[in-house]
Amino acid sequence: MNPITANNITVAYHRKPVLQSVSFEAPEGKLIGIIGPNGAGKSTLLKSILGLVPKASGDVNIYGKTYRKQRQIVGYVPQRGSVDWDFPTSALDVVLMGRYRQIGLFRRPKKNDVKEAMSCLEKVGMEQYANRQISQLSGGQQQRVFLARALAQNAHIYFMDEPFIGVDAATEKAIVQLLSELREQGKTVIVVHHDLQTVKDYFDWVMLLNVRKIAFGPTNETFTSDLLQKTYGGKLTFLDQKEEEGVPFA
Amino acid sequence: MTYTFWILLTASLVGISCGIVGVLLILRKMAMLSDAISHTVLLGIISSYLITNSLDGFYMFIGAAIVGVLTTVFVQLLNSAGVQSDAAIGVVFTFLFAIGVILVSMFARDVHIDVEHSIMGEIAFIPWMTVDWFGIEGIPQAVWMLGFVLIIDLFLILLLYKEFKLSSFDPGLAAALGLPVGLLHYVLMGMTSITAVASFDAVGAILVVAMLIAPGATAYLLTERLHMMFILSAVFGVIAAVTGYFIAAWLNASIAGMMATMAGVLFLLAFIFSPTHGIIAKRFSQRKIQQVDIET
Ligand SMILES: Nc1ncnc2c1ncn2[C@@H]1O[C@H](COP(=O)(O)OP(=O)(O)O)[C@@H](O)[C@H]1O
Ligand SMILES: [Mg+2]
Repeated sequence: MNPITANNITVAYHRKPVLQSVSFEAPEGKLIGIIGPNGAGKSTLLKSILGLVPKASGDVNIYGKTYRKQRQIVGYVPQRGSVDWDFPTSALDVVLMGRYRQIGLFRRPKKNDVKEAMSCLEKVGMEQYANRQISQLSGGQQQRVFLARALAQNAHIYFMDEPFIGVDAATEKAIVQLLSELREQGKTVIVVHHDLQTVKDYFDWVMLLNVRKIAFGPTNETFTSDLLQKTYGGKLTFLDQKEEEGVPFA
Repeated sequence: MTYTFWILLTASLVGISCGIVGVLLILRKMAMLSDAISHTVLLGIISSYLITNSLDGFYMFIGAAIVGVLTTVFVQLLNSAGVQSDAAIGVVFTFLFAIGVILVSMFARDVHIDVEHSIMGEIAFIPWMTVDWFGIEGIPQAVWMLGFVLIIDLFLILLLYKEFKLSSFDPGLAAALGLPVGLLHYVLMGMTSITAVASFDAVGAILVVAMLIAPGATAYLLTERLHMMFILSAVFGVIAAVTGYFIAAWLNASIAGMMATMAGVLFLLAFIFSPTHGIIAKRFSQRKIQQVDIET
């Protein structure tokens, strides 16, 4: 059964449609990139799958059931810029937040939750920053904390919104490593991505999105200059350069 | 118990309950909305008086909590209809507050809730307005009310600590995990409403927002941990309320005004001198960075 089946999703903010009739079926155990220009509705697509914005129409199934019934197997990494990093809390505390659902309403985190959170911090190489106030972390470190928090959710499907934005090269490498580990464990990861140069290296499948779904499929079939032109309009100078250099884009 | 004791106890209770609720308002960037609520609850007070025909504190709380939550509901409705959120707050707040003022002036002129009292507050009268509740005599009604409100606020914050934390820091993840984000919002609005009502006698509708916002904003500049922010905010609330009272008594000035002023002074001090967020510290660290730039 497919991890995600989306049927005809339409989302509008104040009657202005930002996603129109998007349908797709995501394959299991793949790293899937979503690309498209600014304002294409990439973040909105993730949020609509997670029920964070109301859908004007359409429905989504996670392994055949509604998201509400499958929350515990879905992890979410929002855009880093969407939260206040001056919030008075530590890196470890943020990672613990990933376990709030398992911990349950009204209950406090237990020793074992703290241990789990620490091991997630270790997986992203951040254990020595556990007690740091989050505003004193670099952008890359903040992103790692966000990823550790998603790992603490212990999910089967992960949604990540622009995890590579504003991170240093070491963090980028660490994230790529983490993504492939998740794939090896058979997990499905959907990543909103902005850097076209790395799409072919990072993702097995890719979705081209601009309000409508332009294309969705294995990267080598979908990430073509034709379809990219269709997604971004005529603004893709870097593609032209590559073609001039004799590196065909296929 | 002496007159001054009751005044100081009242002021401290205002400082603590406004301080801890204020932390959540600051972290959720809801200063504007709490300003609106602290005004519109006047409508709740007068409505509950007109309906029940009594000045019972309990009915006043219920009325205030309902109108407080209604305020946020109306703001959200306008907002989702496409009105900008600060404009939505402004419209709802002035409209409901105006209805409250009109109702008071039409129906309740000769009753004890005179407009001026609710709007300006008058802590100096509090020690004489005692009630006998639960067979205990001689405790001012304001102290009873503030005590109950503080217990409710503390209870809810302790009970929902991690839920409030996550939904303030990252409402997106909170909703994705299935935390009752909407309910938490309205619980906080209810807390803000009853805290504002209980504080009216002491500081009045206009200045209660200063006690709600300034101590939390001050604490935000000084700590890196959430539980510490609650403690500091409560401490600053008490300091502002108590020093405000003494300075006002000394200068024979408005007590509510002086409490709000002291809350502002504390904020200003933290804003200048905070080791992490203060402007001096920021200057200094900028200069250090520039020096490094020059050296390299
Ligand atoms: N809460 C919102 N209210 C109104 N418009 C919004 C909101 N969030 C996003 N939008 C608009 O929806 C469109 C898609 O946004 P988004 O999904 O964030 O795009 P992307 O992530 O692809 O850059 C943009 O035009 C944006 O301005
Ligand atoms: Mg986005």
